[in-house]
Amino acid sequence: MTSAISVSGLVKTFGPTRALDDLNLDVQTGEVHGFLGPNGSGKSTTIRILLGLLRADSGTARLLGGDPWKDTAALHRRLAYVPGDVNLWPNLTGGEVIDLLGRLRGGVNKARRAELLERFELDPRKKGRTYSKGNRQKVALVAALSSDVELLILDEPTSGLDPLMEAVFQDCVNDERERGRTVLLSSHILAEVEALCDRVSIIRGGHVVETGTLADLRHLTRTSISAELAAPPNGLASLAGVHDLVAEGNRVKFEVDSDQLDPVLKQLVATGVRTLTSQPPTLEELFLRHYEDAK
Amino acid sequence: MIGTLHLVRLALRRDRILLPVWVLFLVGVTYSTTTALEELYSGAEARAQLGVTANANSAFLAMLGPLHDWSSLGGLVVWRWGVFSGLFIAIMAMLVVTRHTRAEEEAGRTELISAGVVGRHAPLAAAVVVAGGTSLLIGLLQAVALIGKDLDAAGSFAFGLSTASVGLVFTGVSAFTAQLSENSRVSNAIAGGFLGVVYLLRAAGDAAGESGPQWLTWFSPIGWTEHVRSFGDNRFWVLLLPLAAFVLLAGVSAYVVTRRDVGLGLLATRLGPAEGTTGTSFGLAWRLQKGSLIGWSIALFAVGVIYGSVAQAVGQMVEDNPALGQIVQTIGGADAMVDAFFATVTQLLGLISSIYLVQAVLRLRSEETSLRAEPILATPVSRWSWVASHAVFALVGGAVVLASAGLGLGLVYGLQVDDVGTVLPEMLGAALVQLPAAWVVAGVALLLFGAFPQFTGVSWAVVSVSLVLTLLGPALRLDQWVIDLSPFTHVPKYPDITFGPLAWLTGVAVVLLVAGFAGFRRRDLTT
Repeated sequence: MTSAISVSGLVKTFGPTRALDDLNLDVQTGEVHGFLGPNGSGKSTTIRILLGLLRADSGTARLLGGDPWKDTAALHRRLAYVPGDVNLWPNLTGGEVIDLLGRLRGGVNKARRAELLERFELDPRKKGRTYSKGNRQKVALVAALSSDVELLILDEPTSGLDPLMEAVFQDCVNDERERGRTVLLSSHILAEVEALCDRVSIIRGGHVVETGTLADLRHLTRTSISAELAAPPNGLASLAGVHDLVAEGNRVKFEVDSDQLDPVLKQLVATGVRTLTSQPPTLEELFLRHYEDAK
Repeated sequence: MIGTLHLVRLALRRDRILLPVWVLFLVGVTYSTTTALEELYSGAEARAQLGVTANANSAFLAMLGPLHDWSSLGGLVVWRWGVFSGLFIAIMAMLVVTRHTRAEEEAGRTELISAGVVGRHAPLAAAVVVAGGTSLLIGLLQAVALIGKDLDAAGSFAFGLSTASVGLVFTGVSAFTAQLSENSRVSNAIAGGFLGVVYLLRAAGDAAGESGPQWLTWFSPIGWTEHVRSFGDNRFWVLLLPLAAFVLLAGVSAYVVTRRDVGLGLLATRLGPAEGTTGTSFGLAWRLQKGSLIGWSIALFAVGVIYGSVAQAVGQMVEDNPALGQIVQTIGGADAMVDAFFATVTQLLGLISSIYLVQAVLRLRSEETSLRAEPILATPVSRWSWVASHAVFALVGGAVVLASAGLGLGLVYGLQVDDVGTVLPEMLGAALVQLPAAWVVAGVALLLFGAFPQFTGVSWAVVSVSLVLTLLGPALRLDQWVIDLSPFTHVPKYPDITFGPLAWLTGVAVVLLVAGFAGFRRRDLTT
């Protein structure tokens, strides 16, 4: 597998603020990569550096085999971008903006454009100033998705879309994956990332704190277990990997590190199990854990 | 109307710099004009002579209106400043009202406000209170300033209230135009166009004189201020007309507010084309800049026409007045007088055009801060070509704007002296030699944009300083090296055109532009 995006040791400061602090990111060709983090964590800054709009203070960034700052125009021919804040020119219609951005990139795929307009239910004849936030985002999405490029960089592209359109968006991204395109999807909508992404990088304070497939990440986290035992539990609290144990008579509730699941279950079975429910960690918990740790 | 008071406070907080500047400007100029006229025309004889000249010259009549009463200093102030005082206060009222009504609505902030405990009419009422109140304050302070110069109190109040009345009428006009379109620029354009019509109606009426359609002035709020005859008859009853117009316009606007949805206008927005033909960075820049280029070209053509039509009168004034003629003879006769006039006018046109050039350059910055540059620069468009596609409107567009001014000047003066063939190319040349100096100012703006984007606004200070140094520098007896700081000082004066200064001014402009380009190539996009 080759890397479509490979970033290492990236640092970017704005005056006293350190927006990116030794950031590493690797996006492989052909994957949909989720870029998760709360507001102000450095997602957009990273993307702007990858687009050559900002210049990194130090570190290296490679995009499609080139240098995003030096080979800007050549690289931009091969990618499309949807910004987080889409502002349109008030006197241009949505259709005009889609065609403008497409032509600047080297051509518009008419059939795809028409198909996407229909799927997103977007009226291309309206003037830029009359679109709502969601519709402005649709304009940028149709412009990006209707171009024949290798890499899509999407910065929180669905923050203004309704659930119906969110579903359309997810279908479109899945289509792109099937076409073999690489997608970098920055988001803080966990369900979206869970549904779409092959791999995920979690960013906090300008630093990627976790990266891997969802399965990898789950492995690092805790499963919550509640059980009714044949007798009061003994020795559970002293086992490695058990957290937040609450015992009431024969009932227990606790969380367990996923890699310590086996010995803990053996202990439960030894006591005797009447009922047992186990919940795998959701991305949400994973995410919250990382952010609560930071506080 | 609930919540109006809160919104008034909000508006005053937002305009805490803007409004005092307007007040200071309109009151300050009233005071300084009075002082200047007092010195220039101290004797009754000098004033009477001015009265004859002013009322005999149709160009003066069109620009300033008739000088009704030259027996007092107050009458002179009304003539020299009254019409313009009205023009400026109208602009103030227009900008303030639109800013707090349609612009707020367009930005979606009215929606936020309207969801609170705020009456449907409160946003409009607050804007009217602020603009109308400021108009009245300006009028009263103008009266106080005039009384401070020992002028007749009744006349002073008549003058101040006349100014205020134009402010009130245009408060009403803008309250109404704000209801028409969804776009605040269109609202301002309609109100501004109406102001132009109103000024021209009285210009035509005044220039026509008693033999012509003088009644036209009765259809203009600015004309009404002339009919008040401040410091003469002090006809306060005329002010009932603007008051009625204000009440009517404000009432109609208030009615429209109850009949339309928040965010929408009376004029429906039309749908545009579903497919675009624009496909280059320059094509986009053309879409964004053409309106301003065409507007400026027409405006400067009109200014050229006005000055061109006055030029002959300048010559005649000398011939009519033997005393003045003798002085003029010593500096080279009436022709030299006309030449000097054109030298001053073309310099003024050059200075005005630099406003257009700077504004064309600053479009780059507004595209950047509004995040609209980002999607363009995320396509294969290089930074160089993006900047170039807008800069060309300053560099080449500046030439178009100046040429239109020269065209207006040359055509009208050429027709008057019956020699368009000679005059037109001469005037085109005289206007276009200003271009290198305007390029230098645009170069400074581009350098600021490229290297110090947070300070792009300083470009306007450069324009203002150039204006002040060039126009007022000699009168203020500033040191020559200070005056030399303005690039326009170095432009050769018509009719002696030499190419040396033009070459080095162009050189300076090129260096600034290249530095600006290089700076932008190396910097982060910022907001």
